Amino acid sequence: MAIDTPFKTSAGRGDGRGPHAGPASASRRRRPGRRPWVRTVVALLLVVEVYPLIWMFLTSLKSNDDYLNNSTWSLPTTWEWGNYTDAWTTGHIGLYVQNSLLAVLPALALILLLGTAAGFALQIMVWKGRSLTLLVFLTGMMVPAQMILLPLFTVYFQAGLSGTLWPLILTYTGTGLPLTVFMMATYYKTVPRELFEAATIDGAGILRAFWTISLPMVRNAILTVGLVQFFFIWNDLLIALTFTNSQDLRTVQVGLLNFTGDFGATRYGPLFAAICINVFGTLVIYLFLNQKVMKGLTSGAVKG
Amino acid sequence: MHRVLGDRKAVLILLGPALLVYSLIMLVPMVWSFGYSFTEGNTIEGFTGNGLDNFQRLFSDPAVRDALWFTAKYAVVVTVGQVVAGYLLALLYVFFLKRASALVRTLVFFPVVLPTVAVGLLFQKFFQVAPQTGPVNSLLNAVGLESVDWFGSAGHAFWVLIVMDIWRSMGFYAVLLFAGLVDIPEEVLESARLDGASGLRLVRHIVLPMSFPVLMSSVVFSVNGTLKVFDCIVALTGGGPGNGTTPLTLYMFQTSFTYGDYGYGSTIALLLTVVCLLVTLVVFRVSRRDPMEG
Repeated sequence: MAIDTPFKTSAGRGDGRGPHAGPASASRRRRPGRRPWVRTVVALLLVVEVYPLIWMFLTSLKSNDDYLNNSTWSLPTTWEWGNYTDAWTTGHIGLYVQNSLLAVLPALALILLLGTAAGFALQIMVWKGRSLTLLVFLTGMMVPAQMILLPLFTVYFQAGLSGTLWPLILTYTGTGLPLTVFMMATYYKTVPRELFEAATIDGAGILRAFWTISLPMVRNAILTVGLVQFFFIWNDLLIALTFTNSQDLRTVQVGLLNFTGDFGATRYGPLFAAICINVFGTLVIYLFLNQKVMKGLTSGAVKG
Repeated sequence: MHRVLGDRKAVLILLGPALLVYSLIMLVPMVWSFGYSFTEGNTIEGFTGNGLDNFQRLFSDPAVRDALWFTAKYAVVVTVGQVVAGYLLALLYVFFLKRASALVRTLVFFPVVLPTVAVGLLFQKFFQVAPQTGPVNSLLNAVGLESVDWFGSAGHAFWVLIVMDIWRSMGFYAVLLFAGLVDIPEEVLESARLDGASGLRLVRHIVLPMSFPVLMSSVVFSVNGTLKVFDCIVALTGGGPGNGTTPLTLYMFQTSFTYGDYGYGSTIALLLTVVCLLVTLVVFRVSRRDPMEG
């Protein structure tokens, strides 16, 4: 993956703690962030990025009266933590999170399993037509999802899957595969083929070599690709909106969108609480894995 | 040895399931959807063929023209905005913050992973005018300007969409372009400095040409993403006021699911697909590089 190298370089040059950061940059130029305008720009940047989130959090703790009648800048007069309970239960966010998990996790498992196997077959194994097959997968990244929605809707309807989460699981698996196959195939480039030849000399079948030798070697890549796909699927609105026709099946995104309709229009506290649950849930994953998330998303960016 | 790595049965076992699922969920429906564009009707009522009627309708439908125009406008403005903002940030990271940039990068990147719906609702309230004045209008009032009804006209709503999309994604492009800038050898920069290049001239003559490939990749990602914009718009404006902020994606969705016209919906989807492929090809042509090397 072409993107990997710059990241490694950046770890050495950009982030390197300690005294090893090249003599040229350390001695001849002023220390970073010392110029006043740089500080101003950074401060402004942080305000622009962070203030909306802080404002949202504070508003999620306001009562309706407080929200409507007091200045939008003010702190909550009473801190209504109950808004969160309301959003979770009355607002059904709990149910939506459960639906999202039930749709996303199986799809994610399938994507990773099928995608890794296919990446292995396409990159490590030698057969005619593999670059054509890879190209066929790649076209899937360019085509907008709108192109497949209607036929799938018809099929799911006729197969009687409409009232379940199966349409989501299946569609996410199908749409997630192109990027996963492509990324896994690229990662396998870094694993020398001789390794598998040697393994087979020792008597392992190629399938066993895939399972016991290659999988542990690309464990890191699987985590990265898994994160990328997780964010794509978890944040999806289009597919979820198309295939969830009843409230019981709504995913978090669809539920949140309809939240304004349900009672968000009149009760702001729970609406903001619901948004916060989404945002801070994401933040937790991001804080623990931000290097991996950044790296994964930028190398998987082809999906757009 | 190649007998083992070329074992056809193993290829089938490893690749088969992925190829099968991909074909059933994506390839077959693509072709099928193409077939739908020659019909009218929907899943519940059944389909009847109507020849090229949908295509005639497509070319004379003013709503399609508006949606296409909006999509194009949106794609161009957001792409320019995202890539320029990202590039400026990347320059800031590399040349001014240096080692200290990790924290800023992490913070500015965070909105990228946020659910678009949540961001959309947040911005809706942030730019609100009634019943409660949001922070943006409060700020305008504070400096003595009138509140703006941001969602009252398509012109204003467009700019809120742009601001939101750039806010969401500039951290992504910053990190992507940062990776490209870090790759420029320090010696090249150093010798250019010795030759007297500095500031803007250094950027213009050394940095920009050397980061051109990754800049082009960013444009490709951005165009590809913005042509397919959906979540942002549904969450922030719902396509309104009227259909003033309705892109092709949303118009296709409304035609199919609000009005139950799958045949015409498929035709719009086909138009969208053709636009995506054409634009991607053109950008690749211009940048003359392999799309998948990025």
